[in-house]
Amino acid sequence: MSDADSNKTEPEQQSSLRATRRSFIKGAIASGVAVSAVGYVVYERSGRRAAAGAVERLITLNVNGRDRRVDVAPHETLAHTIRYKLGLTGTKVSCNRSECGACTVMLDGITTYSCSTLTQSVRNRKVTTIEGIAGPNGGLHKVQQAMIDELGPQCGFCTSGQVVAAVALLNHNPKPTLEEARRGMSGNLCKCGAYDHYLKAVMRAAEA
Amino acid sequence: MAIEHKLIGKDFIVPDIEAKVTGRAKYVEDFRADNMVFCKSLTSPIPHAKIRSIDTSAALKMPGVLGILTADDVPQFPPPAQGIFAKDETFYIGEPILAIAADTEENAVAAIEAVKIDFQELPHVVDPLESLFPGGPNARSGGNVAAGQIKLQTVKWEGADFATAGDTKMPLGRPAEEWTYGDPDAGFKKAKVIIEENFVSGTYSHNCMETRSAFSYWQGGKCFLYGSNQSQTAAIANISRYIGIKPNQLVFIAEYCGGGFGSKIPGYPNMAIAALMSKKINRPVMHTISRYEEYGIGSARPGFQGYIKMGFAPNGKMLAADLYVVQESGPMATAGDFRAAGAAMSMVYQPESMRFRTVPVLTNTVPVGAQRGPGENQFVAVIEPMLDKAARQLNIDRFDIRIINAPDSNGKIGHDRAPLTSAFLKDALAKLKTFSNWDERKKRSGQKNGTKLTGIGIGQGYHSAGSNGFDGLLRITPDGKLHVHTGVGNLGTHSWASTARVAPDLLNVSWDNVVIERGDTRRGLPFNSPQAGSLTASTESRTMYAAAMDMKDKLTDIAAQMLGGKAEEYELGEEKVIHKGGGKSVTYGQVAQKAMELGGKYSGKEMPDELNPVTKSAVAVIAGSGLIAAVKDKLPRVGTTPGLTCNVAEVEIDSETGVVEVKECMSVVDVGTVLFPLGLGHQIASGQIMGIGMAHLERHIYDPKLGIPAAVGFHQGKVPTYLDIPPNITWQAVEKPDPQHPLGIKGVGEPALGSGASAITSAIADALGGHLFNRTPVTADMILNHLSGRPPAHKPLQVNTV
Repeated sequence: MSDADSNKTEPEQQSSLRATRRSFIKGAIASGVAVSAVGYVVYERSGRRAAAGAVERLITLNVNGRDRRVDVAPHETLAHTIRYKLGLTGTKVSCNRSECGACTVMLDGITTYSCSTLTQSVRNRKVTTIEGIAGPNGGLHKVQQAMIDELGPQCGFCTSGQVVAAVALLNHNPKPTLEEARRGMSGNLCKCGAYDHYLKAVMRAAEA
Repeated sequence: MAIEHKLIGKDFIVPDIEAKVTGRAKYVEDFRADNMVFCKSLTSPIPHAKIRSIDTSAALKMPGVLGILTADDVPQFPPPAQGIFAKDETFYIGEPILAIAADTEENAVAAIEAVKIDFQELPHVVDPLESLFPGGPNARSGGNVAAGQIKLQTVKWEGADFATAGDTKMPLGRPAEEWTYGDPDAGFKKAKVIIEENFVSGTYSHNCMETRSAFSYWQGGKCFLYGSNQSQTAAIANISRYIGIKPNQLVFIAEYCGGGFGSKIPGYPNMAIAALMSKKINRPVMHTISRYEEYGIGSARPGFQGYIKMGFAPNGKMLAADLYVVQESGPMATAGDFRAAGAAMSMVYQPESMRFRTVPVLTNTVPVGAQRGPGENQFVAVIEPMLDKAARQLNIDRFDIRIINAPDSNGKIGHDRAPLTSAFLKDALAKLKTFSNWDERKKRSGQKNGTKLTGIGIGQGYHSAGSNGFDGLLRITPDGKLHVHTGVGNLGTHSWASTARVAPDLLNVSWDNVVIERGDTRRGLPFNSPQAGSLTASTESRTMYAAAMDMKDKLTDIAAQMLGGKAEEYELGEEKVIHKGGGKSVTYGQVAQKAMELGGKYSGKEMPDELNPVTKSAVAVIAGSGLIAAVKDKLPRVGTTPGLTCNVAEVEIDSETGVVEVKECMSVVDVGTVLFPLGLGHQIASGQIMGIGMAHLERHIYDPKLGIPAAVGFHQGKVPTYLDIPPNITWQAVEKPDPQHPLGIKGVGEPALGSGASAITSAIADALGGHLFNRTPVTADMILNHLSGRPPAHKPLQVNTV
């Protein structure tokens, strides 16, 4: 069967607005050109503005194996940059304060909360987001396949972070015990309570 | 019809799951549009105040500001309903008062900070009993009690009510509602053992991972709204009401929902802000909600302060019950949990007689609402350990006291003792007793190993878990595809997908030839059940059944017209209609082509008048594009359809730290026919995990003097983590079909949490020699104080404590 929404992220019925949004994201991804017209706040209630000067704003980031030129404010978080300037919306922001792990990405293979990491601080590091997670043939990573087979997600909002955390865990510890997996994943919250199925998926992926 | 099911009862890969594990699934804040601008709300910093004046002059001159929306710009709802903005009076910290749009989110925030509001502080209250005290503060100028049919009024109890009760007992003043069945006084007289306790159920946030941001624009006179919502078509009427438009003016896109748990069932007032701001400034508007703002408007489970008295016969049968529930209702009349607690008492324990009294009290805390098992679950979590106390005093087994009281299919519910469609809780308990190896396991009860105390608990859960009367919509297109149109939302329970498998199963269509149409009203989505109340699996599988029967009739009818003979002479083969005599057949695709030529009822050009207007709009969208079955489920159902679950949990308590470690959890469920085993298992496990949260972790904290919330994030609210769950959660199902459902299916979502939570609270009590805290959550410091002989840090009926 097919699910109209999962196979096509855009509704079949195009509106000019949708088409524009898609071309915006496509453009940002394909060209790697920074798009500065997006204006989410980085910190809640901050009202703070970037001090002019001080830091070079146009920087190169290595994201998912590719160099990207981006215009980055000094106080800008990595979650903000990858979601709203690079169009990589798989990374989610939920707590925006290092509590939940929905924004988990890897920096040089180590997980970090991108909501609380300044983009300016990751210039010389390799950033891996959920969009950069794949199997050896470019298909699904074994963690993703295991999460499908074990019915890992419920609502799915924390899932990107869970997948990135699980991949990082298995990269460092390919055959974790259940207790090690539990601890390795414990920086990622799931309010649906899907932990049991996520853990089963991590253990299945370790066997794959 | 297919007797051997090819899809129903079988595991499958849920169609949207790949999008979730790859990050391709789009939630509200992932959408953008050209010229999109941002909108932020100004929220109240004061728990209760008159708004004397608002000065936006400086804010509107700020850079990038495009417009403002206040209470004067939005539809009004009579108090104490939850409106979109506070108008003259604000009732809680975090209540939206106005919103400002600007070119960037930063500019919107800066403008919000430049708004000046002159507040006149009013007395506030965060404890219902304090509001009921003579002369106590009211959460609203108009009164302190309201809910549903209980109109806004002021209720103060007598000083004598409080004086008699003292500090340790629940005062029992005048209720707002009460009912009785049987003769409780006579029952208590006959009882061998009477248990009489006070209790507190803590309030706690829904804490959805996705905050309720909304995105909207207008096109061709229609409002396009991208929302995070549990329900799809069931929410359309309500969301339209918030925006002030007709339902057919709303295009509602809700393909994914990052958590709801009851807080996003029929839409919510906040959704209208993006829509109305967009209309006002004629730009696409993204209204973002931060985690802090989500605490304010994201709903919470109401708390209870309660009194319970139960009288038991020597064999454990409950002869009488007397229950009083005071509900901490937040400032709006948004939750009916108190009534559900009374119904749950009458249902789970089937007392021979019962009196129920209740009063829902308004408080200057965040608005509360349904959360997974609203009323039933926080109730069983405090009551189940009391059953163990009765069992000990009667010297009977803890399973036996539950089995003797549990409902069977002759059980009744509520004060009018209404019937049930089926109930197999006795069977479930008996099965769980074996499954949990109870006779061996209970020997570990209270064992001490070093600093660790072992506790074994049993819990039960109930929620109604099936409804009827919704519309089914199926379409076969000339390419032979079966389009399953579903108006069910995508909460994450996967039931939109499992129920979508019913029609292809019954119509003998391969799953590969199914197209599911959902998530966007433009796809033609029928009026279906809210994705809530454990309803979807049962309700929408019967809706699909009804639609499949209609489709079958139309397939055979048209086949007879095409090939000759009567419709009854035809049957359904694999995606074709076959003459029973053999030989002649026609494919579904060919029939669909013929249906388009025939028109009328076959192609959706005509439809039954009894369909919901939402469904009629949906049929109009797809009319003429194939063979269409659009039908209302009129299959009979008399009585409440209960979902029933029971759990055993084993815990270890560290006597030096008070920390509870959950070691093992087992569950047996009465959900009728199992529709999707993997999905059912997931609901059971996640219910157990959320139950762990309710039992000993999650809570609200309010400063009683200042009314300031202190548990506003995941960490402070103590959401369960991977480290709080047991290594293995196992389950079995009774698998007795419900006789009033064409496929025997009942739901499970909510009871799984109640039985999970109550098994933990019972296990904690068991580890401590039967000590009752009569409170959720049971926190480590409560346990430590108890073990070291110190009094608790809170008064017995105090709420919102650390």
